[in-house]
Amino acid sequence: MSGRHGIPKSRWLPAYVGLYLLFLYFPILLLPIFSFNNASTTTFPLAGFTTKWYASLWGNSAMLEAARNSLIVGISVAILSTILGICAARALTRYRFRGKKPATGLIMAPLFLPEIIVAVSLLMVLLQLGLELSLVTVILGQVIFCLPYAMSVLISGFDGFDRSLEEASLDLGETAIGTFRRVTLPVVAPAIVSSLLVSFTVSLDEFILAFFLSGTEPTLPVYIWGQLRFAAKLPGVLALGSLMLLISILLLTLSEIIRRRAEHRLRAQGAHHA
Amino acid sequence: MAVLPGIEVEHRPSDPPKSRTRWIASEEASGLALISPTLLYALALLFLPVLIVIAYSFWTQDYLTIDRTFTLENYRTALGEPIYQDLLVRSLVISLVVSLVTVTVSYPIAWFISFHGGVHKNLWLFLITVPCWTSYLLRVMSWKVILGYGGVMNTGLLSIGLIDKPLTTLLYNSNAVVITLVHSWAAFAILPIYVSLEKVDRSLIEAAHDLGDNKLMSFLRVTLPLSLPGVISAFLIVMIPTVGDYVTPKLVGGKDGVMIATAIQAQFGKGANWPLGAALSVTTMVVVSAIAGLVVLLLKLLVRVTK
Repeated sequence: MSGRHGIPKSRWLPAYVGLYLLFLYFPILLLPIFSFNNASTTTFPLAGFTTKWYASLWGNSAMLEAARNSLIVGISVAILSTILGICAARALTRYRFRGKKPATGLIMAPLFLPEIIVAVSLLMVLLQLGLELSLVTVILGQVIFCLPYAMSVLISGFDGFDRSLEEASLDLGETAIGTFRRVTLPVVAPAIVSSLLVSFTVSLDEFILAFFLSGTEPTLPVYIWGQLRFAAKLPGVLALGSLMLLISILLLTLSEIIRRRAEHRLRAQGAHHA
Repeated sequence: MAVLPGIEVEHRPSDPPKSRTRWIASEEASGLALISPTLLYALALLFLPVLIVIAYSFWTQDYLTIDRTFTLENYRTALGEPIYQDLLVRSLVISLVVSLVTVTVSYPIAWFISFHGGVHKNLWLFLITVPCWTSYLLRVMSWKVILGYGGVMNTGLLSIGLIDKPLTTLLYNSNAVVITLVHSWAAFAILPIYVSLEKVDRSLIEAAHDLGDNKLMSFLRVTLPLSLPGVISAFLIVMIPTVGDYVTPKLVGGKDGVMIATAIQAQFGKGANWPLGAALSVTTMVVVSAIAGLVVLLLKLLVRVTK
């Protein structure tokens, strides 16, 4: 069988893709399944439906405290990494300057480093500076970790931006700030929202940096790590995990929808101008 | 998903107007000024800390005081003690196996999306990336549930009669670590390969067919060499971070699956020997980079030979 362009399409390829998706999704889908299972062990056959594991979360003050910490960290990290990401992404897509490659390399480096080494080196510096470990140190560290993700989203959003629009606005007498607000921002806003959502999601699930830098205030993953030692607490943890899974998927879907709408709009505008 | 880690982004600023001669100079200044907050942040909280780790690895610690005389003692321990040797070798082998397996099993998926994804390419990419955004801890935990003694795999195999008592060889060994890591890093391998496949000029493949190459030959001589940059990115983005993975070996590795991160963490916790922890970190980074570099060279060589 031959596909478009004479590129071979074999019959086994779709089957392989199906198997691969099963491999990817099976472990993820197990979490919600067992979180509704009326037994404290995680084995088949299932023992009937219950929502008691979810109900038990509400009375759990340690968990709620950790959730509050995660929220504070997540929001701060999302805002900080997006602001820093905007500066860098705009500089990289708008201007030509020397040292672009090493600068990009440094900012993207956390993707290519073992996280434990980033965590350990930060821990040494922060303790040397005499800082107490707290949510602030977690935020400082996670921003480094989230920047590459924020940058990827922002660069792809800024890349299609037509610079002549800004020049036209400036030539017509608008100030630099006015130009940014009225011309640039509406075009790049979807990328900025995407970056906020993606950074928040990454922060929400980040464990290693939070584990090393959080001191006595755990975030949700650090709290979960502490619970994993107790087999009896597993179903409750699975319920919590399923909720976090749901939030992550919702945020990512939202970010994807915003990004795609913007893409369509830009394309439509381009077609209109042509 | 718009997040494509490990891919160099091409920047195409429009040509500067010819009349303004000092444009380049001012443009350079504006660019640097704009990137400086981010750059300073990364310098202060990433670059500087790594330098400090390197410095520490040459110092010694006596209880709470740091002795700043230069010494190679920590490296002697890191490279000479059998326990650290074992952990380092095991970590390297595991990360090498994980990265090679992940890249191999992911290539057909990237190929499928790029060549047969049609109008739904974005949806496919989204589907592939969603699992990698879910809690890392719980994903690992899920594998523990699947591979455990009373786990999903064993009960499944028992019920269809393939085995008559639960297998104990599924969990708490290196294989469990490899399976879990391959699952965790799938999207990170697919995305870079997909991006480089997207750049492959389809007419070149057609040309190869027209000139009489069969499917395999045209793949080996056209598609694979042209997608090599993506394969290399994928390989590096999986291999280097996995060597220092902490959670997976802790949860599913058991005694046989302990990796170097556990030893590093111990030096910053109860062991409290920062210089040794620093030396272990530096050693791991240097050795893993060297091996990754070697594999990249081999890949390039292999592709040149098959061409």
